[in-house]
Amino acid sequence: MTTTVPAPGSAPGALADVARDEVSLRRFLHGLPGVDQVGLERRSAGLATRSIKAGSKMRAIDMAVSMIDLTTLEGSDTPGKVRSLCAQAMRPDPDYPDVPAVAAVCVYADLAGVAVERLGGSGVGVAAVATAFPSGRASLPVKLADTALAVEAGASEIDMVIDRGAFLSGRYGQVFDEIVAVKQACGTAHLKVILETGELAGYDDVRRASWLALLAGADVIKTSTGKISPAATLPVVALMLLAVRDWHRATGERRGVKAAGGIRSAKDAIKHLVAVNEVAGPEWLTPELFRFGASSLLNDLLRQRRTQLEGHYSGASYIGAG
Amino acid sequence: MEPWTYAPARESAAVANLQPSYRPFVDGTFVDGGGEPLKTLNPATEEVLAEVGTASESDVDRAVAAARRAYEKTWGPMPGAERAKYLFRIARVVAERSRELAVLETLDNGKPIRESRDVDVPTAAAHLFHHAGWADKLAHAGFGADPRPLGVVGGVIPWNFPLLMAVWKIAPALAAGNTIVLKPAETTPLTALVLAEIAAEAGLPAGVLNVLPGAGDIGQALVGHDGLDKVAFTGSTDVGKEIQRRLAGTGRHLTLELGGKAANIVYDDAALDQAVEGVVEGIFFNQGHVCCAGSRLLVQESIADEFEELLHARIATLRVGDPLDKNTDVGAINSRAQLDRIVDLAAAGDAEGAQRWTSPCPLPEKGLFFPPTVFSGVEQTMRVAREEIFGPVLSVLTFPTPDEAVAKANNTPYGLSAGLWTDKGAKAMWTAQRVRAGVVWTNTFNRFDPTSPFGGYGESGFGREGGRIGLGAYLDA
Repeated sequence: MTTTVPAPGSAPGALADVARDEVSLRRFLHGLPGVDQVGLERRSAGLATRSIKAGSKMRAIDMAVSMIDLTTLEGSDTPGKVRSLCAQAMRPDPDYPDVPAVAAVCVYADLAGVAVERLGGSGVGVAAVATAFPSGRASLPVKLADTALAVEAGASEIDMVIDRGAFLSGRYGQVFDEIVAVKQACGTAHLKVILETGELAGYDDVRRASWLALLAGADVIKTSTGKISPAATLPVVALMLLAVRDWHRATGERRGVKAAGGIRSAKDAIKHLVAVNEVAGPEWLTPELFRFGASSLLNDLLRQRRTQLEGHYSGASYIGAG
Repeated sequence: MEPWTYAPARESAAVANLQPSYRPFVDGTFVDGGGEPLKTLNPATEEVLAEVGTASESDVDRAVAAARRAYEKTWGPMPGAERAKYLFRIARVVAERSRELAVLETLDNGKPIRESRDVDVPTAAAHLFHHAGWADKLAHAGFGADPRPLGVVGGVIPWNFPLLMAVWKIAPALAAGNTIVLKPAETTPLTALVLAEIAAEAGLPAGVLNVLPGAGDIGQALVGHDGLDKVAFTGSTDVGKEIQRRLAGTGRHLTLELGGKAANIVYDDAALDQAVEGVVEGIFFNQGHVCCAGSRLLVQESIADEFEELLHARIATLRVGDPLDKNTDVGAINSRAQLDRIVDLAAAGDAEGAQRWTSPCPLPEKGLFFPPTVFSGVEQTMRVAREEIFGPVLSVLTFPTPDEAVAKANNTPYGLSAGLWTDKGAKAMWTAQRVRAGVVWTNTFNRFDPTSPFGGYGESGFGREGGRIGLGAYLDA
């Protein structure tokens, strides 16, 4: 990812002072404009009515493929499974070599090394979930060690979870400090901060958590672990896109958003791209600034792509390993 | 790399089942009207869509006489439960033929297919279903044990929501047991005539519904007709005043739904992004051809600059163009005359010193279009703050305190609608109680539901449409 981010925890310009202590952080987060649920959901429903056809659809499918963090996060993951995922990541549809590679493969930290070995030099990133994913219920030293080991194994991106317990009980400073510490442990690896929006108390919380993560130095704010339902929903993603848009207005920097979990169909993915285009702006339509965290989405995108080219649906057995 | 664009996603015009000619509907049949036929245009191309026969004054006499006969012989005496069956049947067919009606409406009116498909036609069907349900329950509507209909209704409707406005008159009139003669607008007669065809196919008895296309002279002949018991008019304040003068002393019932210059009040504690959405929807929905359009934005001074910045950015994403494209947000201006009026009023805004901002969106090369426009630095004395523009033009005024917001909102002879945006419930209530408008929307705008009465006061007219109160306007209650 190419965005430049200042030293962890030191926000630029007018925001520099916001996180100097717990009180001012709280005052800032609670001073953000409210979110009207009805209005936000209505706007999202409006975005979802865009009709994306023909060349626009092909382009959207290829964009979506290039934005995928192809993910496996199961207790039963094996090196073999990770290797086959990596193969699909680099060459999603062997019959159509013009299909772009996905953005990254996303695995548990202990399997990052396997992915790094298989993907080396391909340009496909390796994202490792760390910080006691998915619950985040571990002490800070454990989370930092988890992160450091993943980076050491060659992960280029770290997907951390915030401490939702701390956030929900109002200990914003603790959440902030943890993100800052993990960001430091990341070194040059890019940091995605998972808010787990399905566990937060509504849209106002999503806006606050987004700003908290951005202030603490997140390169990307990410909706969900994928282990909690609801995961990524269009209104939540639209709201997080508003947060990075506002961050850009305030600082001139562009940060990213990752919609993870629950996006399984090409149709859903395209709705999200419309939201990126119209809510944050066309500048965000790049894998550097928008990602899908998904496992089964890729196969549907490839099927829809073949349908566009061949005029009929392909059976599942023609496509992929996922 | 090239920016990602949305390829045209054009709804098929053939779905409209457009006929080369349409004729007035009188006494259960389509007839050759005695008036000079008119040509209705597609405002997006200015091409002729169809030739439409118009009524003469003697056709008005015939239609009113037919409506009287139907009222006395068939529809009036018919039990409510029987009337309901016809209305339910019409409602169902409107819903079934919704795509055809939506495309036809978009062709004739210029509004985006997204709106005719998602708002006009479904809301029309909902209105029919709602009132069909009332037909056999009038005794329970709160107007006494056996409320009587008024008799023959003359309805005159505008061009901005042709099908929906037709249904707003027809559904309550018929449910209550009245018969009706309806004159659709000169520039948008088609969907009302297809509705007449649907009614005929549903077996509605002859004379219960009559549709007379024509210009203002036929509207005048209709509303002044001695054979009517009630006049229901939606349109401009000038014409409304004329009708009221004409009907004074006749004893005929009258409801008027006229112009507006609605204020949309945004307090500094509002959910800003959603307020932006609501303001955009308030003024650019249906190209601003909405009597209740939120054409005056009143924004609290402390957030005015930020709000305008967000507003401009959002408006710039509106897609103006081919109304049949499913991705079009703002369609064509309905007529050359209306476009001229918008251009004139916008020029008055420049001349009086307001700052004009125009959306950078591309416009089609032909057809009647006007880009989304915002005037800032508007003062209450300016024409763009006082006169109804009926187009995609927003005037921005600011206020420092809630008292001043209310004072500015009320500084208009109109009083149809208002919007207010705040996260504080008490402030919303305080404001809503003080704003003189028939409809006040809080944290939303332009929401229409058949259960909810709609109408204004002051120079926005009187009487309500929708809900139990709207039904009462068609009963001798």
